[in-house]
Amino acid sequence: MIYLKLFLVFLQVGLFSVGGGYAAIPLIQAQVVDQYSWLSMNEFTDLLTIAEMTPGPIAINSATFVGIRIAGIGGALVATLGFLTPSLIIVSVLAYVYARYKALEGFRKALGRLRPVVVALIASAGISILRQVAFGTESISFTNADGISLLLFAAAFFVLRKFKSNPIAVMFCCGLGSLFFDTFIKMC
Amino acid sequence: MIQPSKKIIWKLFVTMLYISAFTFGGGFVIITFMKRKFVDEFHWINEEEMLEMTALAQTAPGAIAVNAAILVGSKMAGIPGILAAVLGTAIPPFVILSVISLFYSLFITNPYIALVLKGMQAGVAAVILNVVCDLGSTVIKDHNRLNIILMAGAFVLTVFFNVNAILLIAVALIIGIASALFSNNKKHPDKKEVSK
Repeated sequence: MIYLKLFLVFLQVGLFSVGGGYAAIPLIQAQVVDQYSWLSMNEFTDLLTIAEMTPGPIAINSATFVGIRIAGIGGALVATLGFLTPSLIIVSVLAYVYARYKALEGFRKALGRLRPVVVALIASAGISILRQVAFGTESISFTNADGISLLLFAAAFFVLRKFKSNPIAVMFCCGLGSLFFDTFIKMC
Repeated sequence: MIQPSKKIIWKLFVTMLYISAFTFGGGFVIITFMKRKFVDEFHWINEEEMLEMTALAQTAPGAIAVNAAILVGSKMAGIPGILAAVLGTAIPPFVILSVISLFYSLFITNPYIALVLKGMQAGVAAVILNVVCDLGSTVIKDHNRLNIILMAGAFVLTVFFNVNAILLIAVALIIGIASALFSNNKKHPDKKEVSK
């Protein structure tokens, strides 16, 4: 049954998304796109784009939206619940333990090794998305490259690094840029 | 034990609902607004507690904003507090994205929207890789050799060898627990005793 499977998948995602919402992204991709092929990379990237543009924590947005696209409102409920459950249990326990034993430093040391790995995982997800953007489902080659998209990516990346601009504004401009370039090319 | 007041539970719910519905930019921004409300405005917790909660929220798995909501809810009103805070956080995305999903099938077929979305995809890639650069430079600036090796190693393994993400996380956890236990038994030679 899809609902049970969705729940278990997002339970797993929620359990291993350590270090912030973005950590959930490579995990969702690994399950939903690579493992079960419930969504194509293109669909996944679209969902991620929308999850980024909407208010709320990105991990919750992603879980909810992916759930809806796969199995409607029921899917959204089940995916979100699955994702929340590890947090609910673990954080509640941690709150209690921490209040009693103030063992935070020990936890932090133990989990300190996770952050570098998570950074690498998020980088990997980012690269997958970039690959999707530049080449779609085609193989990587000079002729298959979507020049406009790569240009937009480069510009967006530069602006974000250099000016620390608002990510949503940058994404929005990229969207407009895409429209602009397409119209411009059609005119030539 | 004092019965948590219904008023507090309701306030928890409404506050998180409001923050989650109007905060763009992800977990940390939400935590910033949580601080403004719970520390500065309501005086439910003090700043030090908020910092500790943030650290704890980051340490635990799941979305930071949700974890922080659980911690505040737990402190203020126990289990009902947790439920109120989490529901408040999760409902806005649920509603908003359901609505978007309704129209998604409609507007995804529109060629203009498709173009805009394609452009935004390039933007998302940039946003994510930008976050990666920020996080990565923090790791590098720490000058912790093991961490840098872990980061580079994990990167190579996942990008070029498709190693399972969860496997990498599990290994990192084991290394972490091992190194934490190890450093507890070992004396730190460069830690100097500060005499008071």
